[in-house]
Amino acid sequence: MAVTSPPLDLKGHDQENYLNWAYGVKSWLLTTDHKRIAILYLISVTFFFFLGSLAAFVLRIDLMTPQADLMTSDNYNRSFTIHGVIMVFLFLIPAIPGVFGNFLLPIMIGAKDLAFPKINLGSWYVYIISGMFIIAVVLWGGVDTGWTFYTPYSTTYANSAVVLTVVGVFLVGFSSIMTALNFIVTIHKMRAPGLTWFRLPLFIWAMYATSIIIMLGTPVLSATLILVGLERILGMGIFNPALGGDPVLFQHLFWFYSHPAVYIMVLPAMGVASELITCFSRKRVFGYKFIAMSSMAIALIGFLVWGHHMFVSGQSVYAGIVFSLLTFAVAIPSAIKVFNWTATLYKGTIHLQTPMFYVLGFIGLFTIGGLTGLFLGALATDVHVHDTYFVVAHFHYVMVGATVMAYLGALHFWWPKMTGRMYPEALGILSAVIIFIGFNLTFMPQFIMGYVGMPRRYHVYPDEFQALHVASTLGSTVLGIGYILPLCYLIWSLRFGKEAGPNPWGAVGLEWTTSSPPIHTNFEVTPVVTTEAYDYENLEEEV
Amino acid sequence: MQDFPIFPDQASTVAWQVDAIYFTLVALSVFFSIAIAAAITFFAIRYRKGNNVDRSNPMEENTVLELSWSIIPFILAMGVFGWSAVVFITIRTPPVDAVEVYVIGKQWMWHAQHPSGKSEINELHVPVDTPVKLIMTSQDVIHDFFIPAFRVKQDVVPGRYSMLWFEATKPGEYHLFCAEYCGTEHSVMVGTVTVLEQAEYENWIGGDAADEPLAVAGERLFTENGCISCHNGEPGAIGPPIANETIFGETREFEDGTSLTVDEAYIRDSILNPQAHIVAGYAPVMPSFDGQLSEQSLLQLIEYIKTQ
Ligand code: HEC
Ligand SMILES: [Cu+2]
Ligand SMILES: [Cu+2]
Repeated sequence: MAVTSPPLDLKGHDQENYLNWAYGVKSWLLTTDHKRIAILYLISVTFFFFLGSLAAFVLRIDLMTPQADLMTSDNYNRSFTIHGVIMVFLFLIPAIPGVFGNFLLPIMIGAKDLAFPKINLGSWYVYIISGMFIIAVVLWGGVDTGWTFYTPYSTTYANSAVVLTVVGVFLVGFSSIMTALNFIVTIHKMRAPGLTWFRLPLFIWAMYATSIIIMLGTPVLSATLILVGLERILGMGIFNPALGGDPVLFQHLFWFYSHPAVYIMVLPAMGVASELITCFSRKRVFGYKFIAMSSMAIALIGFLVWGHHMFVSGQSVYAGIVFSLLTFAVAIPSAIKVFNWTATLYKGTIHLQTPMFYVLGFIGLFTIGGLTGLFLGALATDVHVHDTYFVVAHFHYVMVGATVMAYLGALHFWWPKMTGRMYPEALGILSAVIIFIGFNLTFMPQFIMGYVGMPRRYHVYPDEFQALHVASTLGSTVLGIGYILPLCYLIWSLRFGKEAGPNPWGAVGLEWTTSSPPIHTNFEVTPVVTTEAYDYENLEEEV
Repeated sequence: MQDFPIFPDQASTVAWQVDAIYFTLVALSVFFSIAIAAAITFFAIRYRKGNNVDRSNPMEENTVLELSWSIIPFILAMGVFGWSAVVFITIRTPPVDAVEVYVIGKQWMWHAQHPSGKSEINELHVPVDTPVKLIMTSQDVIHDFFIPAFRVKQDVVPGRYSMLWFEATKPGEYHLFCAEYCGTEHSVMVGTVTVLEQAEYENWIGGDAADEPLAVAGERLFTENGCISCHNGEPGAIGPPIANETIFGETREFEDGTSLTVDEAYIRDSILNPQAHIVAGYAPVMPSFDGQLSEQSLLQLIEYIKTQ
């Protein structure tokens, strides 16, 4: 992006920046600097990611044998519930917006901060309080409803900390809403001079679409959770038929939020992919407008397909057919993105560095995740694979394969910007490859056992599924190593990494025109944008 | 670790229809995954940094290309959607002459009740080559009746009846799973579906003379609960005729002008929540039996009313 900004002062990391701008715990906990808040989010989502992974690993170990040996069924159920709750609400939903959205959104649009810096800090506190609720749930003995809280099990029959969990999830919704509100206002009002809508980086478009979904969908989840709480505490008849309620109503309300929530988790990842692919191809992204508009299309059509989670719930045949049709329709904008990313490579100058490995892995896993979604959108096959490991594998491909790959790609790509240091390149590539292989080893067998008929959330299972479960557990060990590796070398790099300089990748984009780490106010002088995003043609090839 | 199954048994009339869609989707998925992986690998190698190839006139936008890779997948998607919807309609439309079995799910077991009076726990015996229709409800939370070898699955919801039908094509024993998470012992809420040859089935179902047929039990309940006093069909009776009168499948007109076909759900509703629909020409005086009849008694009454 050609910009007019004052020549960079390259004094290196001794220069004043957002990290050394103020010292002390208080300067962090009371900061309103979007970059520091991003770091707070980074630390907290990393903690919850590993906590959630631990719960998953315990499950995988237990599933090595068909019997219940490692733990009781109650504990098994509590483990998969806490795994789901933590991963969905405390990692996947806040991860990319909380860390990279917060850090980059103002810089990418040439602003000094988000529109409401205090609300931004507030969103982190609400997130942390909600996280404490979830930790309290664990200490309390856990919750066993599954992250889906289906009624009337959750409202009447479950004998675990349902209310505490529901309050925790209710709160984290407000944290998302605060972030989304901030993003929408900032994108509308605070773009640098010359930065028109169609000059915005695609990451910004993705954040915009995500924020809209959060604003429209989250209140429905919040209201639903309040109803669950009311029925559970006061015995109000809303979902339990014994009290005159309707249990399927809950599913409609829950999925009205939770299907779009899938896009809350994956649209940011798509935004990251667009940034990384164009940078490491040193070429303008192919079909900018189609990618931007497909994000918006996904955000809107995504609200009309929730019923595909309910094809066998007793929903009418006609409703099923309409939801299936719309589900196939929403698959198209995602396919468009994959084709556009691939076409971006054509006649580019491909730099195979760590973030590029991650993002190519992202495309691969997202493609498989998306295509297997068709098996679930198609009515007849869904009847068979619904609530089996096929579904488990499918959404892990989308939400873990794709989103976590993109998250890690983003982490490596913007790490030098955030910390001023480079990570070790060879280890970076190695970790990307290990994660890609480990992921497929873990979840491919689950597609197969799902079609054979292995139901999800089963602690005990028929012997014939054992071989596939063992394969999956072995894969998850590889995957675990792949996740721990970056944790180690990224921390190492904070002290020992090479100094990055303002633009280690030779990337365009406003964030690369400021120092690494950026100064407290991001830019010394507000930049003026004169060209389109990803203007690599006019950039002299770096050394 | 005895075996390594990669494909389930095909043991019902819809199994192969579902599998045909499955294999089509597998083929499409493999094709698109490989195409994309191949394109990425090819571009990544050919256009790698330092490789001196022609990079002139890079494309940045191409509406024809964009439209073709939107429209072609869209057409394919619509094809799969339509095909799959047709099979789904088959899966969800029980033939009228199906053998009926009532199923009650409860934490954590399956209770099957044959009209003959035979009942079983975590087992279901059915005849081969005969459509079987299950009328299912739950006594507590939501469960889900899933027979992988038949490719059928249906949630079993408290407070309502859901239907599931299949026609088994191969005698044998098949897994029955609860597919909807329902609490502690969800994973052992499993059972066996045994498909018998016709003759064996006749033997099995009529084998035990001691079984009281459901309709007989229902008739007893009909008398014991005083239903008969209002529903005896005599002129001037308080309620519409039920004893010795076919009402199942008839259309009912209500006081508020709406109408419904009499089915299991309607009968259930009439007994538990009589004020919801007032049959035209009658007074809203039927007392509610909510909380007084078990799920099983309700099924017996329904079977009795059906067989009048
Ligand atoms: C006090 C008299 C009375 C008793 C006792 C009574 N009913 Fe009714 N029932 C009625 C009346 C009046 C109607 C019609 C008005 C209405 O729909 O509520 C009716 C309607 C029905 C209907 C709908 C019939 C139709 O043709 O659409 C069914 C089914 C039914 N009752 C079943 C039962 C059963 C089973 C019992 C016993 C458990 C029972 N009733 C006990 C008075 C009674
Ligand atoms: Cu969905
Ligand atoms: Cu169950």
